[in-house]
Amino acid sequence: MTGNNPHGTASNHHVLSVLVQNRPGVLARVASLFARRGYNIFSLAVAPTEQEDYSRITIVVDLESATLEQMVKQLFKLVDVVRISELDPRNSVERELMVATVRSTPEQRGQIVELTNIFEGKILGVGPEALSVSLDGSPEKLNDFSELLRQYGIIESQRTGRVALPKLDRIARVRAVKETKGKAN
Amino acid sequence: MKSNQQITGAQALIKGLELENVDVMFGLPGGCILPAYDPLIKSSIRHILVRHEQGAGHMAEGYAHVTGRPGVAMVTSGPAATNLVTPLCDAFMDSIPMVAITGQVPTSAIGTDAFQECDTVGITRSITKHNELVMSADDLPMAIRQAFHIATTGRPGPVLIDVPKDVLQNMMDWHWPTDDEVIDSLPGYKPTTKGHPRMIKEAAKLILESKQPILYVGGGVLKARAADALRELAELTQIPVVTTLMARGAFPDNHPLCLGMPGMHGNATAVTALQKADLLIALGSRFDDRVTGKVSAFAPGAKIIHVDIDPAEQGKVRKPDVPIVGDCRLVIEEMIIAIRDLLAGTMVQEDISAWRSRVNGWKENFPLAYEPSAPGAALKPQYCLEKLRDASPDGTILVSGVGQHQMWSSQYWHFNEPYTWVNSGGLGTMGFSVPAAIGAKVGRPDKTVWAIDGDGCFQMTAQELITASVEQIPIKVGILNNSNLGMVRQWQEMFYDNRYSQVHFSETVPDYIKWAEAMGCVGIRVDSPEEVESAIEKANSINDRPVVVEFRVEPTEQVFPMVAAGKGNDEIMLQPSQEKRREFLR
Repeated sequence: MTGNNPHGTASNHHVLSVLVQNRPGVLARVASLFARRGYNIFSLAVAPTEQEDYSRITIVVDLESATLEQMVKQLFKLVDVVRISELDPRNSVERELMVATVRSTPEQRGQIVELTNIFEGKILGVGPEALSVSLDGSPEKLNDFSELLRQYGIIESQRTGRVALPKLDRIARVRAVKETKGKAN
Repeated sequence: MKSNQQITGAQALIKGLELENVDVMFGLPGGCILPAYDPLIKSSIRHILVRHEQGAGHMAEGYAHVTGRPGVAMVTSGPAATNLVTPLCDAFMDSIPMVAITGQVPTSAIGTDAFQECDTVGITRSITKHNELVMSADDLPMAIRQAFHIATTGRPGPVLIDVPKDVLQNMMDWHWPTDDEVIDSLPGYKPTTKGHPRMIKEAAKLILESKQPILYVGGGVLKARAADALRELAELTQIPVVTTLMARGAFPDNHPLCLGMPGMHGNATAVTALQKADLLIALGSRFDDRVTGKVSAFAPGAKIIHVDIDPAEQGKVRKPDVPIVGDCRLVIEEMIIAIRDLLAGTMVQEDISAWRSRVNGWKENFPLAYEPSAPGAALKPQYCLEKLRDASPDGTILVSGVGQHQMWSSQYWHFNEPYTWVNSGGLGTMGFSVPAAIGAKVGRPDKTVWAIDGDGCFQMTAQELITASVEQIPIKVGILNNSNLGMVRQWQEMFYDNRYSQVHFSETVPDYIKWAEAMGCVGIRVDSPEEVESAIEKANSINDRPVVVEFRVEPTEQVFPMVAAGKGNDEIMLQPSQEKRREFLR
């Protein structure tokens, strides 16, 4: 199901967890670097971390490995970027949130509610001809859910882009692209 | 360092610059930066008042090129900041340490499209190593310290501080951050300077094992003050050296191991030596497209040792066999130790004498050459440069603009000392030379400074000669006037079948002599080969004001050799009289 699904995990997708100093303009710096060097951002999520001086940006990029290495090095040159780790999906926990408004006749409403319950999603609102639902989970789960909703007609939907951290028991095994600056050799 | 002394942000800014040992800055005041110009009156810093903000930026670059210290430019907001964009980008491309201070509209007006407001930090984000909008007077000392630290360490580059007017006017408790506080404030900035010992040892082994090695030296060697170490390495191993456009002077041109400049207009020996090498020891060079030509055809048989302080240069263009991230001087010094250690053990260096004699054969067969003028015909630009080179004192600093005159300058000058060549390499900024020469002369008043310019370049920034006259900065400018955008003309001749489009200026206007005189300079016109030497002698004897010598040169002259854009280096076009010997270039 990855082929034509825009939210699929294609083979060139890499998940980067980028720790940055929480300073004005830092997101613009990261975004303009990607634009300037022609790298494609697939999704991006950013928020402060447990330490308020730092933010974590989870970026999913669509790149060949060789380009990824160059991209990571360029990203590291930004003074505000403190650490970059590439997260292997098998060794990390990933979550994404989706809200969607789905076309629904009164007859279809029960089916959609049932579907949402199966996926452990939430009904956010009910109208005469539509339903609003939310679902959080792994990107794959969201893909499956959104595929099933499609037959009813998705009027609007929005996904947050994934956020990710290394798995608790495997933090030591995270493939860090570079754990700290200055260890480039 | 805290004190209870209350001063304005403007006073803190100037005091901070003084504490960073700034002795000179280049700038032009205006609305939002006005508060900073008041404490400047009583400051120890010399301020050079420019005629255009672009000039301030290039002067700061010229100063930094020859001194190694960061050049400082200060201008106001809006159009002044946008006028700094070109020099900032130029400094970014050529890794020139520079600190730019721009005024900004008051914090309350930011985002309202106020008079002379522009998003300076946004506009300069991708052309500075770092930039910062300072929103509080209390933050100014740290911003200044960070700016100088970032501009001068690691791979050097320009840093911009954007300061709103009210931040300059507000009172603050003076404090000056310690080194540790500066480092702690930048957890994401830790440049690697020391190379990895295992990689260095591996490189040393590879160097001793190679049969056809070349030292491919770039501007990073100059930035790292590594010229002495490089010379020791070259002499220890007897490996020939090519110096790129940005590295001219890093290794003396009069040294028997020096092959000169490679690249699009490099000499045939330097270009071919890279192509035929089995090992390139790239030191502070970045495999620029003007050096490599078509990348897939570049040095096909060579292994690569790549020493660069910027990890992102490793593998950006060509994958190195031995990548070493570090400061060129430190790495070369360690490399010399590693080589000596190996030689003291069981290892013996491969015999490279056959390679050296092959290279020397190319040198003999393919010297730089041009057809001298026929009697009564127009001057040749190369001739002017040769005469100027021979008549100028040792250690003369040569500054060029961009185009044919730049290539001839790099080719025909003999750069025997580091920091005697200043030019715009990466960005290729026409108009660079006059202001950069002024900055160079301010940085090295003890040296003779010649700007070699084309007529196209000169017309872009000539007004800074007024600055030079008023500020008594006696530079010398040699205009190689061919009344054309010469390099563009050359490309139209070669690649557009002589279809000239918008390259011809005028033989009659401007009158460069009157223009020079109007700007307070001495103007000298040279029309024929017989006048060249006396004009240069006169120019070199004048030291109380700037001199402009207009050499009226042959407009059809072309730069050779040449590797056409996108072609492989093996397809080098030789000087026409040497084409018949091409077969020796094997």
